[in-house]
Amino acid sequence: MILARVVGTVVATRKDPRLEGKKLLILKPVSPDGKDESGYVVSVDTVGSGVGERVIAAAGSSARMAEGCKDAPVDNAIVGIVDEVHLD
Amino acid sequence: MLIARVIGELVATQKHASHEGRKLLLVQPLNLDGTDRGDAVVALDAVDAGVGDKVLLVTEGYCAMTSVGRPNSPIDMAVIGFIDHIELVHGVA
Amino acid sequence: MYFGRVVGSVWATVKHPGMTGCRMLVVQPLTPELQNTGKQLICTDCTGAGAGELVYWVRGIEASFPFRPLQLPVDTTVVGIVDEVHVQRTAAAPAEPAAKQPAPVHRKSRKS
Repeated sequence: MILARVVGTVVATRKDPRLEGKKLLILKPVSPDGKDESGYVVSVDTVGSGVGERVIAAAGSSARMAEGCKDAPVDNAIVGIVDEVHLD
Repeated sequence: MLIARVIGELVATQKHASHEGRKLLLVQPLNLDGTDRGDAVVALDAVDAGVGDKVLLVTEGYCAMTSVGRPNSPIDMAVIGFIDHIELVHGVA
Repeated sequence: MYFGRVVGSVWATVKHPGMTGCRMLVVQPLTPELQNTGKQLICTDCTGAGAGELVYWVRGIEASFPFRPLQLPVDTTVVGIVDEVHVQRTAAAPAEPAAKQPAPVHRKSRKS
């Protein structure tokens, strides 16, 4: 899983039917101390997160274990909203 | 999933049977600013996309295989949706 | 999948028992404009491709699926021979929309 920031949304009307009704968000990976890392990923929201929030995203086949993603063509899913990160 | 643009098509006669009947698209993954992200890849088409379309590209096997209806096939990328638009929020992106 | 050209082949007498008779090709990844990109790699083959041919290959566990029900320890397999390439990069649509000011609709999160 990665830590990421929600930076935007993707609107796609014509898509695989199993993605209907799913919110697609653009995530930018961040390091635990809050710095942006390179790249981005389009992820399916399963926890009601929104732009600006810091989230946990699962990638690969594990993403389909997320709520409502079983058997859907989902390779990245937001599975949690981060309240705090403590670094020792 | 990645944002990508369809830049071409491949024609292949001799190919794995599971790829028959689906278009082979050349797609260029994009960065959020619209620039190219690495090299173009080959993806099967699940939504009848064409050159110039901005699309959603899955890069994981299960997603790709099932979206073109060919489970247990050697397919690792597929185009599964058309992107109407992208909203990046100022000050956050 | 990825695009490339077969530039050679590999013979190995000693290999995984299930891979007897399995062809192995040296593949050079290409851009759609047929320029070399990245390192050459070894792919197993399920198409009968030969040296000089344009091919596309698949990576990951999916690469072993053409050999089912055998479960071969392979991670890249050539799955098609390319006859024609049509590229039209200039068809690019307008640039990405500029980042917008936050609108109330985007603030809709579980906090509200």
